[in-house]
Amino acid sequence: MEQLQTPPTLVAKGAGQAPTAARGRLGRLWKDVVKSKYLYLLALPGIIFFLIFKYIPMFGVVVAFQNYSPIRGIANSPWVGFQHFERFFSNPDFLILFRNTMGISLMNLVFFFPLPIVVSLFLNELRSEKYKKTIQTIVYMPHFMSWVIISGLTFLMFATGEGLFNKILATFGADKVDVLSNPHLFWIMLTIQSVWKEAGWGTIIFLAAIASVDPQLYEAARMDGAGRFRQMWHVTLPAIRSTIVVLLILRLGHIMDVGFEQILLMYNGAVSSVAEVFDTYVYRVGVQQAQFSYSTAAGLFKSIIGLVLVIVANKLAKKFGEEGVY
Amino acid sequence: MKKTLSDRIFDVFNVLLLGLIAVLTLFPLYYVFVVSFTDPVEYLKSSFILFPHRWSLASYSYLLATKAFVHSLGNSAFLTIVGTACSLVVTAALAYALSRKRLPGRRLLLLLILITILFSPGIIPNYLIVRNLHLINSVWALILPVLASGWNVILMKNFFDGIPVELEESAAIDGCNDITTFIRIILPLSLPSLAAFGLFYAVGYWNTFFNALLYLTDSAKWPIQVLLQNILLNSQNSELGMSAYVEAPPSETLKMAAVIVATIPILIVYPFLQKHFAKGAMVGSVKG
Repeated sequence: MEQLQTPPTLVAKGAGQAPTAARGRLGRLWKDVVKSKYLYLLALPGIIFFLIFKYIPMFGVVVAFQNYSPIRGIANSPWVGFQHFERFFSNPDFLILFRNTMGISLMNLVFFFPLPIVVSLFLNELRSEKYKKTIQTIVYMPHFMSWVIISGLTFLMFATGEGLFNKILATFGADKVDVLSNPHLFWIMLTIQSVWKEAGWGTIIFLAAIASVDPQLYEAARMDGAGRFRQMWHVTLPAIRSTIVVLLILRLGHIMDVGFEQILLMYNGAVSSVAEVFDTYVYRVGVQQAQFSYSTAAGLFKSIIGLVLVIVANKLAKKFGEEGVY
Repeated sequence: MKKTLSDRIFDVFNVLLLGLIAVLTLFPLYYVFVVSFTDPVEYLKSSFILFPHRWSLASYSYLLATKAFVHSLGNSAFLTIVGTACSLVVTAALAYALSRKRLPGRRLLLLLILITILFSPGIIPNYLIVRNLHLINSVWALILPVLASGWNVILMKNFFDGIPVELEESAAIDGCNDITTFIRIILPLSLPSLAAFGLFYAVGYWNTFFNALLYLTDSAKWPIQVLLQNILLNSQNSELGMSAYVEAPPSETLKMAAVIVATIPILIVYPFLQKHFAKGAMVGSVKG
């Protein structure tokens, strides 16, 4: 802050003095600022963007402590303290949101997280470079598709009426299975979607870690009579252990973040009890019912927990001697 | 080195396993592709189709004759091109300025950008600022709030860090100021990297869904993803009839054709994207 506040005072002081006389730290700083004026000009559109669309909303969270009405604006809306937070925490919805968020996150952690590791271990063992490239090209592709496309594909595969899955069942005379509006299957469907879309993409970081393993280690393992499976288990896996640990920690830091667009798109009345998570709740209550203050409080609760978790996760990751994300 | 029997078994197993994974990845796309090109009559007659006997463009010609659909493709194209251009200019200019070590206040600015990565105020404060700026129902509501991401600024700054100071010093001797140096020297040098960032931004804009749902109530302004979701949703409740945006109830083949059309631009840029994975991948996968 100091640096940004000093220039105005210097304008006043510097005006009366010869520039050569101002030999102090501040004087030099001001000279640097003037010298960099075109750099500031380059940065200006970006700075304005961050101010308006990142920092103003950050201060906009104060509406969580008000009874905000759009007509009165933030300045004139009455302050109500933690009333909205109290209402949110005592609402039975709160526990459901919490359970759903944790449930979906844990499903992801258990069934999604290990897959990119396993796939990259096997990809690494492919002898044909060309085959490896082809597989990679295919499995990375879904990462770039929108959740609308993914949910569309899911409907076309699993819808009760015209979905391929049920059509195949029907030709074998089996009963139709309602996959998409079954609360018991909802989390599983989300996990399958995530695996299809992102598991391939997730291998990139592990393949990068594997690429730096010393080839001599494999030679030594072969000398000792290790087969390919044992090489994977005793050489490759330990070599990427720190990458795995760090990614796991960072993943835990994001445990409050579940796929918002994904859930919104797969949401339907029949699964609402297992599908509502913090973000979808904020959207429904806030935007659709215009309860701005209450929903901002709900969103702020999630953001703060998320922030704390991410910071703790980064600290932990650094303890493991890794760089962390920042 | 001689291959042992167990080595060979492993290789065969491995090739098959990864082949299976690739097939599972491709299958939904293959199925939707095939049905979208299937003659609607044949589709209705057969129980399920894994390969069409009679190919037909009926679904595509119907879809592309639907004004709302073509219009939303146009909206998305505009959004993607203009959005990507704006994002690149703003991100690159800011990132370059931040990469110059002589810039006073550089650390503070980087810290402020990092904070925006770590803390998001949530949907409602973002919604309120867009509303208060009277951007509702404007395509700019889909561009301005996502103009730059903290991640991309920092990634691009890391890239510009590698450009030696000597380059700008010699440009300064030739009479360039920082802005002309940036435009005449730095940008042309960084084109391949800018292209990579541009592709990632472009995919983001093409896939814009939630912001459009949030900020655009006027269906004439919808990008393709929102219209596509409306077309697809009607599968769930076809008895409710069609939304006002497409004239006739779409059959399954029509939906599949719509999915394919919305995917094609991604498939077109995909080979170019692939070249640049490594740069963005680390952050992307960490972010999850």
